[in-house]
Amino acid sequence: MRTRIVAAVAGLAASVVGFAGTAQAGKDLDAVRARGTVNCGVGIGTAGFMLADSQGKWKGLSVDVCRAVAATIFGDSEKVRYVPLTSQQRFTAVQSSEVDIVMGNATYTLTRDTALGLDFTGIYYYDGQGFMVPKKLGVKSAKELSGATVCVAPGTTTELNLADYFRANKMTFKPVVIEKVDEIRAAFFSGRCDVYTTDASSLAATRAANVPPPQTIDDYVILPEIISKEPLGPVVRHGDNQFADIVRWALYAMVEAEEHGVTSKNVDEMLKSDNPSIKRILGVTPGMGKALGVDEKWVYNIVKQVGNYGESFDRNVGMGSLLKIARGQNALWTQGGLQYSPPIR
Amino acid sequence: MTDAMPAGDRKPIAPPVDETGPLGWARKNLFSSWGNGITTIVLLAFVVWVLDWFLEWALFTANFTATTGAECRGGGACWALIREKFRYIFFGSFPYEQHWRPLFAVIAMLAMLVLSADRRMWNWRLLVIWGVGSFVTFLLMFGQLHIPLSLILAVALIAGGIGLALRSGLATPSERMAYYALVGIGAVGLVLRIAGVLPSWSIAIAPLSYVETSLWGGLPVTLILATYGLAFAFPYGILLALGRRSNLPLIKGLCVGFIELIRGVPLISLLIMASVMLPLFLPSGTTIDKFLRAQVAVILFAGAYIAEVIRGGLQSLPKGQFEAADAMGLNYPQKTLLIILPQALRVVIPPLINTFIGFFKDTSLVLIIGIFDFLNTANQALVDPNWAGFPGEVYLFAAFVYFIFCYSMSRYSKYLELELNKGTRR
Repeated sequence: MRTRIVAAVAGLAASVVGFAGTAQAGKDLDAVRARGTVNCGVGIGTAGFMLADSQGKWKGLSVDVCRAVAATIFGDSEKVRYVPLTSQQRFTAVQSSEVDIVMGNATYTLTRDTALGLDFTGIYYYDGQGFMVPKKLGVKSAKELSGATVCVAPGTTTELNLADYFRANKMTFKPVVIEKVDEIRAAFFSGRCDVYTTDASSLAATRAANVPPPQTIDDYVILPEIISKEPLGPVVRHGDNQFADIVRWALYAMVEAEEHGVTSKNVDEMLKSDNPSIKRILGVTPGMGKALGVDEKWVYNIVKQVGNYGESFDRNVGMGSLLKIARGQNALWTQGGLQYSPPIR
Repeated sequence: MTDAMPAGDRKPIAPPVDETGPLGWARKNLFSSWGNGITTIVLLAFVVWVLDWFLEWALFTANFTATTGAECRGGGACWALIREKFRYIFFGSFPYEQHWRPLFAVIAMLAMLVLSADRRMWNWRLLVIWGVGSFVTFLLMFGQLHIPLSLILAVALIAGGIGLALRSGLATPSERMAYYALVGIGAVGLVLRIAGVLPSWSIAIAPLSYVETSLWGGLPVTLILATYGLAFAFPYGILLALGRRSNLPLIKGLCVGFIELIRGVPLISLLIMASVMLPLFLPSGTTIDKFLRAQVAVILFAGAYIAEVIRGGLQSLPKGQFEAADAMGLNYPQKTLLIILPQALRVVIPPLINTFIGFFKDTSLVLIIGIFDFLNTANQALVDPNWAGFPGEVYLFAAFVYFIFCYSMSRYSKYLELELNKGTRR
């Protein structure tokens, strides 16, 4: 996508000023504690991930990670100050301490992790390029798409991935190249092309929000094949390892809680569990909180106030939401997905 | 017989009915020839057809009560979306239960603008109106204000300086003493404050909970950016315009350079500079509020344009006005404020209001730096998958609100033109 240009510009900007992650260890965390809130940079409205609702409250999967961090540090998931950022601003904002974490649906890449003086602390959503087709075509797999007309935005990695995928599978396609997102959608929904390809999360949002009546969301299917890697992760400044650890483990704790079946509903009963892993996670057996430098009940607070990863996924982007994205790669590793937390012990 | 009647008794005969009244008007203007008649009928039919379609969509088949977007689909306009989202569109992410605060802030700002539109207020009252209006607006928006000592000292210094410059020949000795006292207190105080002798003391007014600018959104943001952007840009533009006509090469060069630099780049690039580049140049840990940065960018940009408009007015004044003012023995500030500017500004009111209207709408560019003004909160309302798919309704609503503001400004400009040209009209 635009990642390269953004990375190049931000990299240039960073090198001009000579950023090298000079912050002292613990400085960012101290600043957060003194301030009493986590400054969380969020993208400009993306359905399911970060969007202000009718009451102006920020909600979404990305927002929940920030809330988990606040729950870890303060025991209160509401102690977050949301700063809306565009994709041009987001890395500068975290470099210049305007925000502590950026949840801007940024793809985790090597150049961003190194050259920008930033750290990615995990992956909260495995995104990737997918295909959407009208249900009436009866297509079940991207392998059946030979000869299809495909709507795609020009000059992006999406376009290159598309060509590579079809060539690798010895299929042909007719591209319909349109610059503006709104026009691509209109072309697809009016039937000018058989297939629309872009990041799967964006396909789901398009399907949830832009299907023109009288057609409905059920008239379109997103095919299971994902042909590129776009892992989305929280971004923090390079330098304060303790703060980065907290952000990293706040996300892992959500995944770990799901793996052990701890949900916001049963977390109070789980406190009485005999399972040593659960006792450790929930702080019944102390030690984990101290190791991370936070309250022993940190996971309890996250799960109680925000929910485990599965709950958050389902509520914001999964089957419990209008986006209806399948868990797919974002299922737990025990269920064939990629979401995996190192053990909390 | 009629000839015999005295001339004074003749009753004037009214013209035939079909030449006056609506009928006569229609005949004269709409059906004066076959061609015109046919054009009229065709256009009328078109208007009726469009109106019929529009009313059918916007009123008769419209949905006002749906609770989800899905219920709205298939029918006419989905005004239920506006009903659900209007508070967000107007006030953005401001804490929901405190929406009365931005509401009253908007009312205070509108009252301030309406009052200052009245010519009878164009004297010291204007300062009072803006002082009170701004205080109320920002107190409501922030919830808490901290007025630092240095600001009070700076105000004293500037007020004293202006008083001395303008009223040097007219002031009574005691009045002049007061100006000298203000300047003295301000200057000495500031020096001591900078040297660290005086503590960083401030007046705290904190009746409400603090709401920071990252939570502001919607109409108050548009109004604040436009109102204060232009309120500060106006005097600043005047200074630039006067500087551009100065005889001192340094001042002239600086002003010309600034104006041409700003006019040579788009507002977007200035906003990006302020939001992306500026933070990188500041020392680590120092941040300047994003809203403030956008506000300053708008002021700088509007200032350059206003300067050029005002320069046009200055150039239209005959040289005799300047010479006459000199002959009266007025000093430069007096000459400028009492003789030159009142005449120059009167000439440039239409283009000035044109600039104002343009900037009121241009403020929506702040979206690209992540500030949610009125148009952008409307945009955000469209992203909600629950309600998405009705861009027409949302944009129509936003356009309606913008139209109200811009049309009132344009009407006001018309009134002001008539009012100020009374002296020259015949």
